[in-house]
Amino acid sequence: MAMIKKGSWVQIQKNILASEDRPDTLPKETKAVPLKLWVKGFLLEDCELNSLATIKTRSGRIENGLLVKENPAYLHTYGDFIPELLEIDRIVRQELWGDDYE
Amino acid sequence: MTMNDQSAYQKLMSRKNEIMKHSVGIDYSLYESGSIAFDYEKMMADTMYSHQEIKNIQQASGVGSTQLKELKNITALARKFASPGYGARIFIKDEALNDSGSFKARRASVSCYHAKKQGYKGVITATSGNYGAAVASQAAKLGLKCIIVQECFDSKGIGQPEIIEKARACEAYGAEVVQLSVGPELFYVFLKLLEETNYFNASLYTPFGIRGIETLGSELVEDTLRLTGKTPDMVVVTNAGGGNLTGTARGIKMKTSESVTIVGASVNLKGLHMASDIDFNRKSFTTGHTGFGIPFITNPDRSDVPRSAARPLRYIDRYVTVTQGQVFFITEMLAQLEGIERGPAGNTSLAAAFSLAKELREEQIIVVQETEYTSAGKHHQAQLAFARDNGIEIAFGDPKSEVPGKSIIFPRSASELFFEELSLTEIRESYIKNAVNGRNHVLASDIDFLAVETKTNRQYVKEVLNKMNIKEVEHDPHKPTPR
Repeated sequence: MAMIKKGSWVQIQKNILASEDRPDTLPKETKAVPLKLWVKGFLLEDCELNSLATIKTRSGRIENGLLVKENPAYLHTYGDFIPELLEIDRIVRQELWGDDYE
Repeated sequence: MTMNDQSAYQKLMSRKNEIMKHSVGIDYSLYESGSIAFDYEKMMADTMYSHQEIKNIQQASGVGSTQLKELKNITALARKFASPGYGARIFIKDEALNDSGSFKARRASVSCYHAKKQGYKGVITATSGNYGAAVASQAAKLGLKCIIVQECFDSKGIGQPEIIEKARACEAYGAEVVQLSVGPELFYVFLKLLEETNYFNASLYTPFGIRGIETLGSELVEDTLRLTGKTPDMVVVTNAGGGNLTGTARGIKMKTSESVTIVGASVNLKGLHMASDIDFNRKSFTTGHTGFGIPFITNPDRSDVPRSAARPLRYIDRYVTVTQGQVFFITEMLAQLEGIERGPAGNTSLAAAFSLAKELREEQIIVVQETEYTSAGKHHQAQLAFARDNGIEIAFGDPKSEVPGKSIIFPRSASELFFEELSLTEIRESYIKNAVNGRNHVLASDIDFLAVETKTNRQYVKEVLNKMNIKEVEHDPHKPTPR
């Protein structure tokens, strides 16, 4: 496994509460899983992916957890196209402006 | 978690009040009566900032003075489906134009200014909404460090696209974003961070945050007067935690003594459990919905501070819900007919206003008091794609047939837009039941307080208490008699 260098920008993940330690008042599907935390920071020592890492976050805090990503990217998009939106466009334009938009 | 971890959890939770006092700098016990009542107005007044000072703080930080725009085409379309002479003029306060893209900048500006002035090194807030970017943006201006705690992912690490975008925005302003899977124990992580860093708790629910929204209310009255020579007849506010409604209504009252109907509007997410790991990604709105709106209006002090400054039941005149499909429909309409592309959640109140306008006469004025920015993840296109991926049916049909978590139904015509009116009587009774919290007696001062809290009167409160078999007493029998 590739070693990720000290000083790299990474994301770590850790469990905060195990399933058995979560309140019984939670919905059962939530109680059945651990409470997880993700946070990003600069790696303080060389570390392999999916092993325990120590990072310094942007506020200067030290956090430990499993190293899950190096240079985590923003990959959210506008999603698959929703053609129904074109039909809404046709409806509202036609209802206001008339038949040109049929 | 080991036994040690578990006791650390309990120990930390038991230090809650102490941590809160230090992190907000407010001694909430000063306002308590010892019974149900507390002195809300004194708590608000003690923020130390006048309305003018708040305006100055906001003007210096890229916040406020947003444009009020008349939606002439949407008004014309609503009139096509209204009775002759009906169909109020619809205006929208384009709050997306604030730095960071939403009205939340008004809240954040005062909290961050205060934190800086009091000498805190940084600010923390717990939010999955636009408020995170607002705090991060204001903190960046002031050189404050910033941590945003978000409920973001389900246990498989799949995130709501809208919340992922908000995390990006927070990071763009230099904040540290702590992301959690679904669950109310987020509060434990939040407390732990407050104790570890000694940062200011820029809670959504402090007097600083709510007083920051008062400028939105006062501005919209001034804007409407300037554009039309009249005050608005109705203001529609998207309602979740209640702060937007509370601050706006307080600001309106500062500017005019005329009667302005305050309408709260939420997206109907009935049936979806807010703490469910499964339901989390089956909803297409992460705020502005009934999952926050109902619990917070009936029990405002469930927030992350001992006494919430957001008390919507004091100000609300009507509370309506709209469906997810209608909000997406009106978001598309706003782009197509007015050339204004904005995020869907902020358009909840616009969806309601379209139908409410038909109740008012043509010469009357209805103001929708916010918009929010849109982008990848925070666009209705992205949210609908995510819903479809999660097996939600997306179709045209009777919008009343939408089932939250199962379907999103677009109206087949703008004439099918509707709202559902919630019973404020039931909400008030539920509020009083929560406030009384198992007591079998109340004091006269509690009855006065509950009347103000529910915007009713002593007689009404006494009738509700009678139904619950709760007696009015002269003094608390569990406390020594005052001499």
